[in-house]
Amino acid sequence: MQAVFFFVVAAFTVATALLVVTRPNIVHSAVALIFSFCGVAGIYVLLDAEFLGAVQVLIYVGGITILLLFAIMLTTRIATRVDVFNEQMGLSALIAGGITAILVYASLTGIQIAGEAPAPVETTPALGRLLMTTHVLPFELISILLLAAMVGAIILARREKE
Amino acid sequence: MIGGVLESLYGLFGEWWIIPRLIEMFVVVSIIIGFISVAAMFLIWWERKISAHIQVRFGPMRVGGWHGWAQSIADGIKLLLKEDIIPARADRPIFILAPMVVFASALAAYVVIPFGPGLIVQDLNIGILYIIAISSLAVLGIIMAGWSSNNKYAALGALRSAAQAVSYEIPLIISLLGPLLIVGSLSMTKIVEAQYVPFILVQPLAFLIYFTCAVAETNRLPFDIPEAESELVAGFHVEYSGMRFAIFFMAEYANMFVVCAIATTVFLGGWKGPLLPPVAWFLIKTFFLLFVMMWLRWTLTRTRVDQLMNVAWKVLLPLAFVNLGITGLVMLLYPVG
Repeated sequence: MQAVFFFVVAAFTVATALLVVTRPNIVHSAVALIFSFCGVAGIYVLLDAEFLGAVQVLIYVGGITILLLFAIMLTTRIATRVDVFNEQMGLSALIAGGITAILVYASLTGIQIAGEAPAPVETTPALGRLLMTTHVLPFELISILLLAAMVGAIILARREKE
Repeated sequence: MIGGVLESLYGLFGEWWIIPRLIEMFVVVSIIIGFISVAAMFLIWWERKISAHIQVRFGPMRVGGWHGWAQSIADGIKLLLKEDIIPARADRPIFILAPMVVFASALAAYVVIPFGPGLIVQDLNIGILYIIAISSLAVLGIIMAGWSSNNKYAALGALRSAAQAVSYEIPLIISLLGPLLIVGSLSMTKIVEAQYVPFILVQPLAFLIYFTCAVAETNRLPFDIPEAESELVAGFHVEYSGMRFAIFFMAEYANMFVVCAIATTVFLGGWKGPLLPPVAWFLIKTFFLLFVMMWLRWTLTRTRVDQLMNVAWKVLLPLAFVNLGITGLVMLLYPVG
């Protein structure tokens, strides 16, 4: 049963991801990317990581891709068709293939990153507790990084005005 | 009774329980769509009546006899019968997909609305986070509609809508964090159960911030610059007509119901109340908030773009953080148990 849902969601994710890289229209790519992200969120939910699934939709769909679309719409060459199969095709195929090979190898042999703890029933409180205790330093570092990015963006925007 | 029918269905199919499961899902979704349609039609009629009375008019009076109650049904049938027009230079796939995305996101939010004790489609333990995540999809539909229409008014409306929704989402989420800190759970049912007194008394500031942001998120006056009839014609849905327009219209009212239902759940004690059955209390509170939204729409003027952004980033966001900080501090100093 889980498997049926998994294959439906996975097929959806891969199909939309293929659309992202093959569509000549950049807005179509962005929209397909959103559906691909939703598919990934679906896989997270199937793996009992509802929190991660919801955050995936919130951040990637609600935040990042909307800003992406925003930027695309503000650029002048929206309607121009991009030739996706250009001379860089071989190079990008090589890189993508290499990363896929590494990922397949890693998931088949099982690279141990964290200790094997039994998954908590409710992941959200457990995640919150870990972020505020064990992993508080990386958590704060990421906050500072994001703050710096924000301040940087404001300074760049201000300079243009003068 | 419903439980018995379900059990016998599951028993009938045995190992093939995916079939009764699909039937169950189909029935639940049909009920939700039915509820949304009826509620939207009622709200449209209600809004027309309220606006009319605020402007010393009568509003629809003829269709159906009593105060024009059947006006929305007539309008709905009219929209269904209209020709489906797609502009020649529009981007077809995205133009067609956009109303579906907007409506789907509104529909999906109904899954976790607690209409009464046990009257919830699925009590997810990330309930409120799920609603916030899903409703961010609506902005996407609006951008898709605005861009694909190939019309400058639509594109402008979509850009404004995106900027507004992204800005107001932040104080909205942070204002919800105060009550959530007190509850200690994201589940909608647990939020209601935790309220011995409605949270509006404990968190009045959070409620005001939430409600302001909710009005902005649903693109309604005084925050309706994405649609601004007087300058943008109708904003992102200017090229839509017939049923596709009707879907946008219905999604707007469905979204209004969702944000008011969240406010009821988190701040007004959900289904709790004396005498009347829980569902009645939930609907009374939600429809009262909807009334307030309509009241605001017909009494306030539209804000300017710069005022809009100033309010979100320089007033609502700091206030929401102050509220969150004070709540956290009080919780730390006086732990409840």
